[in-house]
Amino acid sequence: MSKPRFRWHIVVFLAPAVLIYTAVMIFPLFNTLRLALYSKIDQERIFVGLANFYTLFGDPHWADQFWNALGNNFWFFLIHMLVQNPIGIILAAILSHPRLRFAAFYRSAIFIPTILSFVIVGFAWKLILSPIWGIAPSMLDAIGLKSLYAPWLGKEDYALTTLALISVWQFVGIPMMLIYAALLSIPDEILEAGEIDGITGISAFWKIKLPLILPSIGIISILTFVGNFNAFDLIYAAQGALAGPDFSTDILGTFMYRTFFGFQLQLGDPYLGSAIASAMFAIILVGVCIYLFGIQTRMRRYQL
Amino acid sequence: MNRKLVTMAMVTTALATSGAFAQDVTLTIESWRNDDLVLWQEKIIPAFEAAHPGIKVKFSPTAPTEYNAALNSKLDAGSAGDIITCRPFDTSLALFEAGHLVDLADMEAMSNFSDVAKSAWQTDDSKASFCVPMASVIHGFIYNKDAFKELGVEVPTTEAEFFAVLDKFKEDGSYIPMAMGTNDQWEAATMGYNNIGPNYWKGESGRAALIAGAQKLTDAPWVQPYATLARWGEYLGDGYEAQTYPDSQNLFTLGRAAIYPAGSWEIAGFNAQADFEMGAFKPPVRNAGDTCYISDHTDIGIGMNAATPNPEAAKTFLAWVASPEFADIFGNSVPGFFPLSNAPVELEDPLAKEFVSWRGECESTIRSTYQILSRGTPNLETETWGASVAAIKGTETPEALGQKLQEGLASWYAPHQ
Repeated sequence: MSKPRFRWHIVVFLAPAVLIYTAVMIFPLFNTLRLALYSKIDQERIFVGLANFYTLFGDPHWADQFWNALGNNFWFFLIHMLVQNPIGIILAAILSHPRLRFAAFYRSAIFIPTILSFVIVGFAWKLILSPIWGIAPSMLDAIGLKSLYAPWLGKEDYALTTLALISVWQFVGIPMMLIYAALLSIPDEILEAGEIDGITGISAFWKIKLPLILPSIGIISILTFVGNFNAFDLIYAAQGALAGPDFSTDILGTFMYRTFFGFQLQLGDPYLGSAIASAMFAIILVGVCIYLFGIQTRMRRYQL
Repeated sequence: MNRKLVTMAMVTTALATSGAFAQDVTLTIESWRNDDLVLWQEKIIPAFEAAHPGIKVKFSPTAPTEYNAALNSKLDAGSAGDIITCRPFDTSLALFEAGHLVDLADMEAMSNFSDVAKSAWQTDDSKASFCVPMASVIHGFIYNKDAFKELGVEVPTTEAEFFAVLDKFKEDGSYIPMAMGTNDQWEAATMGYNNIGPNYWKGESGRAALIAGAQKLTDAPWVQPYATLARWGEYLGDGYEAQTYPDSQNLFTLGRAAIYPAGSWEIAGFNAQADFEMGAFKPPVRNAGDTCYISDHTDIGIGMNAATPNPEAAKTFLAWVASPEFADIFGNSVPGFFPLSNAPVELEDPLAKEFVSWRGECESTIRSTYQILSRGTPNLETETWGASVAAIKGTETPEALGQKLQEGLASWYAPHQ
């Protein structure tokens, strides 16, 4: 018997991804975690242990901002879960209907916003909703509902929800595509067998298709969670780093940016900024772990 | 044949560029004044280059809101330009303390400036000066002369007259009485609170008392401006809550609004955009006959990146910026930014002349939050933005706002504890 050969090709094929990923993701991540334990005193970087975290959670000024941003972030996530994902599933279910005409066109049209830049989306929606130049007030006026119009992006009560819905509009294509793919992979035999048993139409969706696409919905939920808690671009593009009005659209990403790089007369503090980034990392890590160990392992899978 | 031509063209271009680089030093200027790009390229830089052969200058601005963050990152990464445009006070002081800016106190041309002008770019003990003072901006109100004529209203001088004029425009309905939005927040503080405020806290004396801790933000002179701002809300356009700064500028220059709470930096842009006659009036005093105070804010300085490879050329440029020649070109080509140099400058633009004439009639001061008071966290300047917006929207009472700002300031500033 010969000794099993060392399989070099595995190393060779893994190397590019591992190297690039280490250089641009893993190293910066751990360096950020390390930076959070330092502070600059008299132009010198000094190890301060957990002092930055004490400031972040102990100082009422910082703690208020942190909890405000975290709360807003949860609301942002909730809107995505309640609006984006159900709409994505419905769209996918409609698209996978065999008798729908122009399905390819609808699919592309709904997916296109996803590939647009945040800056374009933020700016375009800002213009659409603008009380002065926007088409939203005049469109509402045309159907006699002008009274429903409000300068949504400028009102504390509506701004965050409005931005979340803009983000939903932009990204609804992703759950749609993933669910659509999952629906297409369901073999016709199962549906036909169901039909013979008298399960057709809507009840076929609830009783056969939905259980089979649940794992995909789980993946979409976790992608939404990670995406939302890392979000920054849209808020920054639409409302600026101050996430107005009155911090009502401030999420962890904009809070971190403001702290890290500074704002107007406020000087940047990369160390406290890193502490916020570490907290974001911890939140996402906990969320993903809850999903992986609490939900995914208990999900029933069906062999197709 | 075609390919040959292209190759030849490329080779020639490459030769030409490398030839130019070989003898000239190129200085890059970091700035947030992207509105002035054309003026720098067409007037200021050619004037300098004509007098100083061998030095080329490139003006490379960033968006105002991103400037500080971008500049800090570039300085830390070593990729910043040779010449740094300086924000006033602590932002630049921090750059100097971090070793990014060079002490220019021994530069001969610095004697062209008064102590007040230099104070925005000095260490607290005034020993080191790290930026050449370039320009100040004056706050006030710009108005549409045609609209005023149409309704037959006079330029207001007191607060009562000011609100009477606004009422008239509101009643008439053909113009938005005042063009300002609260979406970007800073206008409410900069063109609102710090525009009208000096009349309440009596300019420099109030500002100094606040820094010394003798006055508090809960005192009447600091709270009353919020009460006045609260009355502005009803005169701003529909949906002002989502109106951005460029929206307001456009509303005014399109002739849809009558009054624009302004800083003099708007003059150049407004002259280019508006096709009606404009005038300016200073912040109205509270009662007829009161001394008037204006915010004449030291806004722009210019310094040298300590890491520049061309320190000699950079110093030559800074010395030229400090000269009366520059003051003359700058004052007239960027109307609304008033040179701080002691050399008298004759301005040609009527609107700029109007603004600068207030220096003779009123007492000058600078924005209340800029010196020392925005050093800690919470940052008083940023807090003032939020407070001014809240006052205009009426979401909080002036007293509650003063209380909140005072608590924030007292949490880190010893003279207020």
